[in-house]
Amino acid sequence: MGEERLEVGDDIIICRDVHKWFGDFHVLRGINLTVKRGEVVVICGPSGSGKSTFIRTINRLEEHQRGDIIVDGIELTHDVRNIAAIRSEIGMVFQSFNLFPHLTVLQNITLAPIWVRKWPKARAEEIAHKLLARVGIPEQAHKYPGQLSGGQQQRVAIARALAMEPKIMLFDEPTSALDPEMIKEVLDVMRELARSGMTMIVVTHEMGFAKEVSDRIVFFDDGQIVEQAPPAEFFAHPREERTRLFLSQILTH
Amino acid sequence: MTTIAGPLKPPRTLGVWGWLRRNLFSSWANALLTLGSLWLTTLALRGLIRWAVTEARWGVVTENLRLFMVGQFPPDQIWRVGACVLIVSLLLGLSWGAWGGVLRTFAVAAAAGMAMLALVPFDLSVRLWLAGNVALIVGGWGLARRLPGIRWRRWLLPGWLLSLPAIFFLLRGVPGLKPLPPINTNLWGGLLLTFLLSVVGIVASMPLGILLALGRQSSLPVIRVFCVTCIEVVRGVPLVTVLFMASIIFPLFIPEKIHIDRLWRVMAGIIIFSAAYNAENVRGGLQAIPQGQVEAARALGMSGLQVTFLIVLPQALRLVIPATVGQFISLFKDTSLVGIAGLFELLYIGKAVLAQPAWLGRQQEVYVFVAIIYFIFSYAMSYASLRLEAALGVGER
Repeated sequence: MGEERLEVGDDIIICRDVHKWFGDFHVLRGINLTVKRGEVVVICGPSGSGKSTFIRTINRLEEHQRGDIIVDGIELTHDVRNIAAIRSEIGMVFQSFNLFPHLTVLQNITLAPIWVRKWPKARAEEIAHKLLARVGIPEQAHKYPGQLSGGQQQRVAIARALAMEPKIMLFDEPTSALDPEMIKEVLDVMRELARSGMTMIVVTHEMGFAKEVSDRIVFFDDGQIVEQAPPAEFFAHPREERTRLFLSQILTH
Repeated sequence: MTTIAGPLKPPRTLGVWGWLRRNLFSSWANALLTLGSLWLTTLALRGLIRWAVTEARWGVVTENLRLFMVGQFPPDQIWRVGACVLIVSLLLGLSWGAWGGVLRTFAVAAAAGMAMLALVPFDLSVRLWLAGNVALIVGGWGLARRLPGIRWRRWLLPGWLLSLPAIFFLLRGVPGLKPLPPINTNLWGGLLLTFLLSVVGIVASMPLGILLALGRQSSLPVIRVFCVTCIEVVRGVPLVTVLFMASIIFPLFIPEKIHIDRLWRVMAGIIIFSAAYNAENVRGGLQAIPQGQVEAARALGMSGLQVTFLIVLPQALRLVIPATVGQFISLFKDTSLVGIAGLFELLYIGKAVLAQPAWLGRQQEVYVFVAIIYFIFSYAMSYASLRLEAALGVGER
C-alpha cells in the first residue's frame, strides 16, 4: 500500500482529542480512547450524546475535524489510500442492516471480497457459505434480503462484514431495529465473535450483553467520555453522577 | 355442517356470473351505466367496422406498401433491408431460446404475424422472405435450446449491439464495392427510418442520460455545472427546435467542405434531446436510494466507482423502468417530427402518398394505418416494461 505504519504495540485503535462539528453544533468534544487488540468495548449513553458519530469517525463515514485517529498503525487523514486501507480492515454493522436489496444473500457477502480483495469467485463463495453457517443461517444463501426476518438480515450483515476478514468490528446499535424475540439470535452471534478474539466496539443499550461480554464500558454524554470502567465496576460503583442517573433510567424502565 | 378434514381452503373464486354481478350490475345505477356504455361502444364500433369493410379503399395502403415500409430506398437494393430484418429475426429467435420471458412473447407474436402475412398473395419473393424470417426465429430458438452450457449466452447482448452498426453498414453500402453500392441516407424512409431513429435514439440516449445524471451529482463543480446546463437547456426547448438546429442551423457553423448527412445530424439531435429527459428520470432514481446503502458499501472498502456501478445504479435504474420506458415510447412517437427536418419517416410518407393525385381524399385510411403501426410498437414497449418490472420485482424486495 505504501502507507507508513506507526509503532503502536498492542493498541489497535488510538483516538487523541477528537473533535467534530455538524455546522455550529459541537458533537464530539475531545474524545480520547485507546482500544487494545482483542478487546471488546461497549459504548453507551443517552441518545444524541455522539456515540454513533464517534464510531463512524473510526472508519471515516464521518470526518473528524481536529485530533488524531490511528487504526492499526495507519493514521486517518484525507489521503484516500489510507482511508481505503483502514476501511478494508474494519467491518461495520448498522442499525438498519443496510443489506443490498438487489443482490442475494450470497452476493451480498461475496461482493466486496470479489471486487475489493480481488478473490476468485469460488473462494469468496466458499468463505461466504462458512460464514453463513457460523451465523446460523446456511440455508438462506440464495434468498434476497427482503425475504428474511430482521434478525436474519442482521446476521447476514455480520457475515458480510466478516467476509472481508477485518481486524476490528464496529457495531452501531445492531439490535435497536429488531423485534424483541430476534435480539437474542443477533447477540448470540456477537457473543461468539467476541469469544473468538475479535476486537469489537459496540454501541448498544443491551446492558445484559455489556455486562456479560465486554472488557470495558465507555459512557458517553454530551460529546464527551464521562467515565470508563470494566463492567463489574461500572454497574456496581459508577463514579459520576451522570452515569448513575443514566443507569437508573436504563435499568429500571 | 360437516367436519372438514385437512387444512381449510380459501373460499372459491367468483365465476363468470358472480363477477358480472359484482362488477357490472351491483346496483340499479351501475346496471344502467353498464348498459349505456355497452350501447355507445356498439354504436361506435359498428360505425368503424362498417367503414373499414365497406367504404374504406385500402388500396392507398396496399399499393404504397413499399413506400410506407422503406420510403425511397432503391427497389433493386431492397434485399438489403430484407437481410437486416433476417438478422434481427435470428437474434430474436436465439434470445427467445436463451432468455425466454417477454422475448418469448415477442418472438411468437412476430413469427405468427409474419407467418400469416406469408399467406397473403404478395410477390413470391416477399412470401419466401417472410417464411424465411419465421424459419430463422423458430430455428434460432431451436438452436439456442440445443446449444450446451450457458457460456455462449454472454455473446448475445454484444450481438444485439453489434447488429446495429452491421445494419447501418449493410444499408449504407461501400463506394466501389459491387454488391453493396452506397445508398444516400436521404433515400431511407418510412417505417425503416422510424425504426432506425428510435432504436439508435434509445440505445445511445440511455448511457448518455446516465452519465449526465451522475455528472449532475458530481462533487466537481465544473462537471456539475456543465451537466446541469446541458440538461436544462435541452429540456427548455421543444424537440422541433432541436431538429431545426440540427438540420438547418448546425451546417452554418462548420466549414462547407465537411459534410455530415442530415440523418446523422437529426439522429444526434434526438439522442441529446432524449438523454436530457433520461438524465432527469435517472436522477430521480438515484435520489431514492437510501444513504445507508452508500455507507454500507463504503464501509466494505469499495471505491466510489464500485459503489456507483455495483450498488447505487442497479437499484436506481430498476426503480425508473416505468419512467424510462415512457420516455422511450415518446421518443418513438416523436420521430414523427423529423419530417420537418426533411426526413421521410412513416408519418411523412403518409402525407407524401396523400399528395399523389390518385389518392386524394384518402386521409382516413392512411392515418388509421399509420396509427395502428405506432400503437403496435408503443404497446409492445409498454408490455415489455410491465414484464420487466414483474421479473425484477420492483417494489417487492
